[in-house]
Amino acid sequence: MQQQTYHLPHLRTLEAEAVHVMREVAAEFERPVLLFSGGKDSIVLLRLAEKAFRPAPFPFPIMHVDTGHNFPEAIEFRDRRIEEIGERLIVASVEDSIAAGRVVEQTGPRASRNGLQTVTLLDAIAEHDFDSAFGGARRDEERARAKERILSFRNEFGQWEPQNQRPELWSLYNGRLHKGEHARVFPISNWTELDVWQYIAEEQLEVPSIYFAHDREVFARDGMLYAVSPFMEMMEDEAPFQARVRYRTVGDMSCTGAVESDAATLEQVVAEIAATEVTERGQTRADDRVTEAAMEDRKRQGYF
Amino acid sequence: MDAREQRLTSALENGNSHVAPHQPPHDGESAEQIFRRLTERPADLLRFATAGSVDDGKSTLIGRLLYDSKQVLTDQLAHVEQTSERMGHDFLDLSLLTDGLRAEREQGITIDVAYRYFATAQRRFIIADTPGHEQYTRNMVTGASTADLAIVLVDARKGVVAQSKRHAFISSMLGIPHVVVCVNKMDLVDFDEGIFEGIVEEFDAFAARLEMPDVTFIPISALLGDNVVERSENMSWYQGPPLLYHLEHVHIASDRNLIDVRFPVQYVIRPPASTLADYRAYGGQMAGGVLRAGDEVVVLPGGHHTRVAGIDTFSGTIDEAFPPMSVALRLEDDIDISRGSTIVRPQNQPTVSNSFECMLCWMSERPLSSGRRYLVKHTTRTALVGGVDVRYRIDVESLRRDDGATTLEMNDLARVHLQLSAPIVFDSYRRNRVTGSLIVIDEATNETVGAGVILDTEVEEEAEARTERSPNVRWQGTRMTRERRWSSLGHSGATLWFTGLPGAGKSTVAAAVEERLIEAGHPAFLLDGDNLRHGLNGDLGFDERARTENVRRTAHVARLLAESGTIALVSLVSPYAADREAASGLHDLDGLQFLEIFVDAPLELCEERDPKGLYARARAGELEGMTGVGAPYERPAEPDLVLGSHRETVDDEVERVLELLRARGLL
Repeated sequence: MQQQTYHLPHLRTLEAEAVHVMREVAAEFERPVLLFSGGKDSIVLLRLAEKAFRPAPFPFPIMHVDTGHNFPEAIEFRDRRIEEIGERLIVASVEDSIAAGRVVEQTGPRASRNGLQTVTLLDAIAEHDFDSAFGGARRDEERARAKERILSFRNEFGQWEPQNQRPELWSLYNGRLHKGEHARVFPISNWTELDVWQYIAEEQLEVPSIYFAHDREVFARDGMLYAVSPFMEMMEDEAPFQARVRYRTVGDMSCTGAVESDAATLEQVVAEIAATEVTERGQTRADDRVTEAAMEDRKRQGYF
Repeated sequence: MDAREQRLTSALENGNSHVAPHQPPHDGESAEQIFRRLTERPADLLRFATAGSVDDGKSTLIGRLLYDSKQVLTDQLAHVEQTSERMGHDFLDLSLLTDGLRAEREQGITIDVAYRYFATAQRRFIIADTPGHEQYTRNMVTGASTADLAIVLVDARKGVVAQSKRHAFISSMLGIPHVVVCVNKMDLVDFDEGIFEGIVEEFDAFAARLEMPDVTFIPISALLGDNVVERSENMSWYQGPPLLYHLEHVHIASDRNLIDVRFPVQYVIRPPASTLADYRAYGGQMAGGVLRAGDEVVVLPGGHHTRVAGIDTFSGTIDEAFPPMSVALRLEDDIDISRGSTIVRPQNQPTVSNSFECMLCWMSERPLSSGRRYLVKHTTRTALVGGVDVRYRIDVESLRRDDGATTLEMNDLARVHLQLSAPIVFDSYRRNRVTGSLIVIDEATNETVGAGVILDTEVEEEAEARTERSPNVRWQGTRMTRERRWSSLGHSGATLWFTGLPGAGKSTVAAAVEERLIEAGHPAFLLDGDNLRHGLNGDLGFDERARTENVRRTAHVARLLAESGTIALVSLVSPYAADREAASGLHDLDGLQFLEIFVDAPLELCEERDPKGLYARARAGELEGMTGVGAPYERPAEPDLVLGSHRETVDDEVERVLELLRARGLL
């Protein structure tokens, strides 16, 4: 006779903690929003919200900051997934910020809208009067994120002050705010990239097709492979070629690199991540390569 | 470059040639096999906090753990190499792996709690890396609040300094069940055993005055890697496991409270009537105990009785919930429940009160002031503070009390009495870390200014009365009782632990010793491994984890028997040295004698005897993981007695055991 040992495996422990965080925020904040990019981390967030609040509807809308440079596969997936779960989607558009003169588009072969998103995001938070925003950031992604709280404060300018964070003890979150401030909430702070993929596999979650190996026209720059797209000018010495690739992260086409891969199923992706020798951001995100403290600087300004 | 740096550089260069992945693939393993390996054996999660003074080498230790356990990926390593070079080091500065923020890199110190993740085949780990210098003690409290284990770093050259004591005190106050003291920089004291032992003694003397259930000491050199992942070749005098092995094997499953059902309600789940009429469930995370559908429950603080109608999750209804699961409870009766209620069982209720004592750590630059309004957040309730009475402040280095303190400043630790505007539903922190903890919030600034652990007032007062009498001695209560018990009975208890391969003859000699002792009028009791597996350990298999648990349970039973004045005779293969050490440590902690008797019969002989036919079955491939055939047996390094020579008869062996008992004053 097998006796129950009351052992919760680590993924289910992480899940239970994330659900706890989401319920705390839903209970203590007046106007939360869930930031959704169509990427794997925010796909996990959506599932966790279902775990926390079903059979009721989510007590918050979902928002996507659309740079206009997204992969079409990610946008198509976003719309389908939101429709499936029957929740409300708000799209905040960087195009609109440019049209309104809030930001100025960069030009040239290294132009990116990545930095412009911050303004669009903060404007949308102010416009809708959101006091808290769930995001899918993880502490294992990057050294500055490793020091950020699960409930992370933004002052009235939307900025993060790393020296001035509230101590965060046990599972007691202090969600009190002054007018104009808001909180970013990272329920999967303690998950690693491998945890996310294992969870997606266990939960049988659908992800955009670009996460799996496919043939694509790419060109090489700075040791990374970029998709040939209308959003990126090639330089003189760069030439397109066909390669079998997949994406490890889904951001803008202008700053997200592909990796050569044959991983075509969830099982193969998990195995590839388990055996990888390079971190996800180091391999595929040009935005973190600009300076040594690139992420820290962007976070201070109010980035995701 | 001095000799030390040369050694490091060459050590690291050798390591550089292969930087392996998170979960390295085994030879010829397919993607599907890797996936199955990762999912079919779910790992458990160990959270640990690290603390040390500035320059104790904490970041280097973590860098070393990540590096030697092959968790550092090539781009991270390239970054460390480039930065080390730019900073003019001619060695790899592994602290660069963890010192994340710009100001830290500039000042060369760690200024905030940073979280790190790594995994081995045994476990997943979350490290809360906290700074040691005084002005950031609040960060250590933060990092330690959720930790299963704390690593306290001590510089071998400096010994136990004020910061080490502060960290030990905080670990004890925050109820961290396991503490590892890493005596670092052993390379700078020539790997001297005497220096290590001196630090152990000094730390023990201090820790004896605190509540620290499990303390382990490991001599290391984080810079060179000695005893971090690999056993040190420079310290053969150290018999224990290296740090990573200890982290992988320390037993944490029983640290959770599975007895007292506690379910603080977080959020009421109520879909609109148009979609799902009459559905109402209470979302929350299990904070203690095991709750089953149909259980009678009481909702506090109201006191209404009802039953659990169902336990819901997104994936469906489940039969029982236990910590740390997040679930939604449906109840049979429609009673008034909202966020802040706590659901418990009628026969096992926590305290409901607005007045209690706690240990408080002050975390704000603005001192505690009677003129300000504070809030307390406890589980899912927030209440206004009506009054704070500082009983005394503690000097954590001397453990002296300052009874005259009336206010608290940043990093002060004090015992206070709190009066709240509304009652909360609590347990003592020692009993439950969720329902026994609270934070204090300044209502005007919204800052988190304090962290408190609720004291079990009756027990505390008793303990205080004792410490007043003799402040330098560990709690003596049970030992007095034991002496009285043993002297009245005329017997002393102890545990004789017979270890060895299956078929070595452990049970034969143990049973003979039992017979002789009983005939001589001395209580003795044989705990036979096979017999225990029919009952107490009937749920356990034979994998490594189950064997460890088998040994742990048996050790606890033996300890109780020994305490009662009986000679407990344990006959158990117990193949792993670490498990036997844990069993021995359990007795040491209580001042009970634990004698390790190694029944050392050669494998061939055991196999020839094969009293239960186990070897035959193992050789035929019917028994997997049998010790001696498919699983290792780690020989005791320093047993109290060795038996098993085929030249001795059982009677000779019994005589030698009795001799040992006489020599140890037990007969």
